[in-house]
Amino acid sequence: MKLTLKIWRQDSANSKGKMQTYPIDGIEGDMSFLEMLDVLNEGLINKGETPVEFDHDCREGICGSCSLQINGEPHGPDRMVTTCQLHMRSFKDGDTIAIEPFRAKAFPVIKDLIVDRSAFDRIQQSGGYVSVNTSGNTLDANAIPINKQDADSAFAAAACIGCGACVAACKNASAMLFTSAKVSQYALLPQGQVEATERVENMVRQMDLEGFGNCTNTGACEIECPKGISLENIARLNREFLSANIKG
Amino acid sequence: MSVLDSKVPKGPLDQKWTAHKNKINLVNPANKRKIDVIVVGTGLAGGAAAASLAELGYNVKTFCYQDSPRRAHSIAAQGGINASKNYQGDGDSNYRLFYDTVKGGDYRSREANVYRLAEVSGNIIDQCVAQGVPFAREYGGQLDNRSFGGVLVSRTFYAKGQTGQQLLLGAYSAMNRQINRGKITPYNRHEMLDLVLVGGKARGIIARDLVTGAIERHSAHAVVLASGGYGNVFFLSTNAMGSNVMAAWRAHRRGAYFANPCFTQIHPTCIPVSGDHQSKLTLMSESLRNDGRIWVPAKKEDADAIRAGKLKPTQIVEADRDYFLERRYPAFGNLVPRDVASRAAKERCDAGFGVNKTGEAVYLDFDAAIMRYGKEKALISGQKDASDIEVRVLGEAIIAAKYGNLFQMYEKIVDENPYKTPMMIYPAVHYTMGGLWVDYNLQTTIPGCFAAGEANFSDHGANRLGASALMQGLADGYFVLPSTVGDYLADDIATGTIPTDSPEFEAAEKEVTDRMAKMKAGKGLHSVDYYHKKLGKIMWNKCGMSRNEKELNEAIEEIAALRADFWENVKIPGDINTKNQELEKAGRVADFLELGELFAKDALTRNESCGGHFREEYQTPEGEALRDDENFKFVSAWEYKGAPKDAVLHKEELVYENIEVKTRSYK
Repeated sequence: MKLTLKIWRQDSANSKGKMQTYPIDGIEGDMSFLEMLDVLNEGLINKGETPVEFDHDCREGICGSCSLQINGEPHGPDRMVTTCQLHMRSFKDGDTIAIEPFRAKAFPVIKDLIVDRSAFDRIQQSGGYVSVNTSGNTLDANAIPINKQDADSAFAAAACIGCGACVAACKNASAMLFTSAKVSQYALLPQGQVEATERVENMVRQMDLEGFGNCTNTGACEIECPKGISLENIARLNREFLSANIKG
Repeated sequence: MSVLDSKVPKGPLDQKWTAHKNKINLVNPANKRKIDVIVVGTGLAGGAAAASLAELGYNVKTFCYQDSPRRAHSIAAQGGINASKNYQGDGDSNYRLFYDTVKGGDYRSREANVYRLAEVSGNIIDQCVAQGVPFAREYGGQLDNRSFGGVLVSRTFYAKGQTGQQLLLGAYSAMNRQINRGKITPYNRHEMLDLVLVGGKARGIIARDLVTGAIERHSAHAVVLASGGYGNVFFLSTNAMGSNVMAAWRAHRRGAYFANPCFTQIHPTCIPVSGDHQSKLTLMSESLRNDGRIWVPAKKEDADAIRAGKLKPTQIVEADRDYFLERRYPAFGNLVPRDVASRAAKERCDAGFGVNKTGEAVYLDFDAAIMRYGKEKALISGQKDASDIEVRVLGEAIIAAKYGNLFQMYEKIVDENPYKTPMMIYPAVHYTMGGLWVDYNLQTTIPGCFAAGEANFSDHGANRLGASALMQGLADGYFVLPSTVGDYLADDIATGTIPTDSPEFEAAEKEVTDRMAKMKAGKGLHSVDYYHKKLGKIMWNKCGMSRNEKELNEAIEEIAALRADFWENVKIPGDINTKNQELEKAGRVADFLELGELFAKDALTRNESCGGHFREEYQTPEGEALRDDENFKFVSAWEYKGAPKDAVLHKEELVYENIEVKTRSYK
């Protein structure tokens, strides 16, 4: 496969970036998208140019490191996959592919395709936990029976990998899907009930402080989410938030 | 008399840990506030240790190379976590978990450590449930279990195929609580480049801010290394791209002994290599062996036809299939331990029965399970006369509920539907049992430097059982280190903050910057990946699933030559004082180029076959591993003396008082 890549290059957070064009040849369908970029980088290094920097780690779709806006879509054209699981068989010979970093005010660019997603960490630090000590002095695990449906729904919400595709997909760069997934996991479990009020208030406050936009329920986040996190979680967050306000 | 003191407490096996905890030193809460601890790595072991130590009141600094602690590679663990809860009433107990782990490790682990692991395993599950980890549950609301290789009970707790993710998010949430309280300061996108010793004790680290390129000094009263394993020495492995040995290796160079480097786990169920562009390998969870049957064609002509694309696996009738694990190991069948399953697959492929275009793959087939589950579901839902097609639909839904994400992952990579045609799998490097030598307190041979999780050597001997890595990481982090680090720190209540302007920090920083400058000064002939791939090929071909004296000797020479070439000719583009991923990789590969040689030397020294270490010279006529307990019932702990070839071997003799040392049999 012969392709034309248009890639965002930016030296550092404070420098100006621009799209740069790179022709590439010899790409096979069995390569992952990131392996295609490896090939590009090996070529750049051998030519004495600076390789393109991008975040990646597990390369099996679970760590949430990889990002990339590919032809305008977070994680590219395929559904339910991260960029590292996207394979080149999704493209055809002669294609032009635009590769940009995730775009959001709350995700400033660090270099090339790498963005700073630490805002997500701070949202979780503000309340995404159960305040239980780690000393092991807890109830026997089976002393907290949990309805299978609730346990499965909590798991489905907890499957979020924190990649930020939801933010990149949203025209307002809202982090509601991410935040609601975490709130939902605890809202659905008895362990999370005690601190439910403060949790939702604190996490929403932090989300707003980080500069994420508002949610207008367009649902683009759900479509682009590589883990299929459901919009239902946003509805649940809104309910939790409303009831916290009434209680508060 | 060995210089190694394991510090295993006296007394009966099942009382050692309790008695030890009752006797060790404590630090009072007011003094804990005056003590700093550095934790390198934020996976299950590091994340759990950081959260627990901060909760106790110590000032903790965490370091990870990822952009968030939540992305450490523990996140990729799929299948589950063992605990001797005996919720299934199938006869499980602490002793049985201990026994299975020691036997699974082929009698090369330390008895007291393994028993402690089993002892705290149940509490880990309690802890995680209290934190809100959404484990799989049965309809009655109780926790569900499944089986893993090498055991005869169901003791594995799981969260679909994402158990590691859920447990890590649990530990990360505990960390977040402490970050919010100001008790943990996280240094993300930071890499430890050296350990700093002051007065013979570990007192800090030199780290690099991977965003700005700044070299930083960080001091502490103790340093915990929970930086994972070194599987990436093989280039291709199931490890994350960034997983590396740097923290452990830098500690080794400063005096921490490195134990059993040649004990590496090659996992049987990974997606086979598809071409030269391959950057990493993907594991398919061992839990799949609960329901999948492993086979190759019984006839060579069928295997040839499949490789040529002229025959499909579904066209081969039952009688022409060789379910080789069930044939060789009737008692454990498809659930033999990983080392045994991997070697059996290699044996079939080497004999010409492999099934993909490279000839290096075997089938993992779910057809029988789909039909079995489907029939049961049809019966309980009142469809007594369900057709095969209906049964298949029902069965596929049950398999999807159990392993859906793994099947999806497989389909995305291989572009084949595993519900309709068997998966293809082949062994790949997955986990390293070897690591920094630690005593019962998880302290290395450097006072104040502790190692936990995959970074240490202690619990899995020569082969780790499935679902035991998560158990060990959390046991070390939540339950062991909070006690033992405190015991060590009891001497430091009046020490005060460790200054970072001492000559020791000065010298360590200079070494680090000199090393980077030297790397940058290479002639620029080849990229870092060029060297890493070359190293990986040597390791896989000569130190992989089976090893022999001749090839190990060759590996030692080839790696040393490659290392010299690397330092002379490596190419690092860009500026070293800024974000530079090639420089990051180069530092890691430089350490792998030393470790690889020690690995080969260790394998060459161990003239026996045990667990993941298979020496061709030492096998039974049936091709099973031949262990030599008379001469090799010890831990190899290597002392750094400059070049890896000069490393000095120290032996910790292993004593088994509570378990009979037998030949491992899964027949």
